[in-house]
Amino acid sequence: MGALSTSLTGMTLAEARDAIRTKKISSRELTAAFVTAIEKARPLNAFITEAGERALAMADAADKRIAGGTIRALEGLPLAIKDLFCTKGVRTTAGSKILGNFVPPYESTVTRNLWDAGAVMLGKTNMDEFAMGSSNETSAFGPVFNPWRASGSNANLVPGGSSGGSSAAVAADLCLAATGTDTGGSIRQPAAVTGRVGLKPTYGRCSRFGIVAFASSLDQAGPMTKTVKDAAIMLKTMASVDPRDSTSVDLPVPDYEKLLDGGIKGLKVGIPKEYRIDGAPAEIETLWSKGAQWLKAQGAEIVEVSLPHTKYALPTYYIVAPAEASSNLARYDGVKFGYRAQGAHDITELYEKSRGEGFGAEVQRRILIGTYVLSAGYYDAYYARAQKLRSLIKRDFEQAFETCDVLLTPATPGPAFGVGAKTSDPVEMYLQDVFTVTVNLAGLPGISVPAGLTANGLPLGLQVIGKAFDEATLLRVASAVEQAADFRHSPVKWWSL
Amino acid sequence: MSVDKDTVRRIAKLARLAVPETRLEPMAAELNGIFQWVEMLGEVDVTGVPAMTSVVAQKLKWREDKVSDGNQADALLANAPGNEDHFFVVPKVVE
Repeated sequence: MGALSTSLTGMTLAEARDAIRTKKISSRELTAAFVTAIEKARPLNAFITEAGERALAMADAADKRIAGGTIRALEGLPLAIKDLFCTKGVRTTAGSKILGNFVPPYESTVTRNLWDAGAVMLGKTNMDEFAMGSSNETSAFGPVFNPWRASGSNANLVPGGSSGGSSAAVAADLCLAATGTDTGGSIRQPAAVTGRVGLKPTYGRCSRFGIVAFASSLDQAGPMTKTVKDAAIMLKTMASVDPRDSTSVDLPVPDYEKLLDGGIKGLKVGIPKEYRIDGAPAEIETLWSKGAQWLKAQGAEIVEVSLPHTKYALPTYYIVAPAEASSNLARYDGVKFGYRAQGAHDITELYEKSRGEGFGAEVQRRILIGTYVLSAGYYDAYYARAQKLRSLIKRDFEQAFETCDVLLTPATPGPAFGVGAKTSDPVEMYLQDVFTVTVNLAGLPGISVPAGLTANGLPLGLQVIGKAFDEATLLRVASAVEQAADFRHSPVKWWSL
Repeated sequence: MSVDKDTVRRIAKLARLAVPETRLEPMAAELNGIFQWVEMLGEVDVTGVPAMTSVVAQKLKWREDKVSDGNQADALLANAPGNEDHFFVVPKVVE
């Protein structure tokens, strides 16, 4: 994608940053171009809340600072923010009716870091309700459509999920970059099926303060971008240790961008044999072998490794994540904030009706699963066992990393699918995250990089998995994949109003 | 293990979630589909395996025991669906 800066909105984050620094463009010009693009792209439904006027005011403030000689890391650069990050004074819904009118009185640490670096907020992107989904179809604000369509088809496809508004916004050039969150694949899967880059950092790298909680031991914020370099730039600013999140880690945040170009000579890249799954399309297998060849050609050594508990990762996740969600979502009761049902006669009925009316079907399902697996008599059989499986899954990775530096896998089991194609069977939808969910359970960093197109023109991604807190090596390998893949495709613009 | 209509009613009560009577049967079927799939965890021998308590090895941090914020009553109540004179309003709890 390096050189496709034909328009303002088509620029990468790095290109826009340089154009602003050299005063070729102003933040206002750039921001105005995105505000217009967002308005024209309403058929995609990528944004729940557009913040055009606010964005222009932020851009003007940035231009003033630039004129005064202050140019911070992301000065004047317009970004889209997943509607799971609390933004002070700007409605934050988590894609749910229950938070439909919630206006946070505080700012999440990740977004605070972005604004402190000079970035401009274009708006809040659509998402699966409470980040529970892989297609953006569980949003109370309607589905998002993937900017990509299969060649010769007018059928709408999903943009992945749960960060589906962010992935669509990046792919359709509605922002320079976006934030996402990833609990089981919610950054990497949507990035992969929209032909863009998605990075889930190590658990603890970014503060979770002010991010609406889904499953606290798995949730992690990360960037969704057009290039690996842009992901490196975004992560540098998003990451920080934070006294308000005791799980955020007090480790130095390297200048990832500077570390990108070291090459991968001598690095050992593991290929986990358990990621060859029955019924995966041949195109996925082919792309994966191609990816290994690309890295080998650049001097890496390819080694086969084993992660024996891989097949248990998704079922483990569907105990651990709902258990944590049922507890986290207990706070939505119609009392202190959020949706309140009318006509309740007592306090219990107020809770039950507010939650019954405020939560959508998938969220209700997960609350019930979580409540069940934590309830007396079932805790040991389900939750305690799943926590042991989680230890085994993490141990698999630790053993694999004794013989390799990173792992290379497919990002998704297939390309973007049709709207409505997988909504009838929850388990079929859950299988979307088969290659990504292991990484969350083990707390590791993972990145998906666009690597090729299917025969009918839809993007596919490869995933690189790294050691804990070694995002620098992860990004270096991702950069090598990106260079070899030379993925320069963009969707044909069908959505413009 | 199989979940029936009464079990769904019981866990919905525990979760303080109003599930309409007509949804209990379909919900039981959906949950069973998921639980049947999860059953495969039973085939793994987990004897002696420690349950995970923290995904990243770290000591829980301590902070100084002092007030860092406060006097935010207006901000706290700004999103309340029912409030009066700096109180949250709920249906009568005590007769």
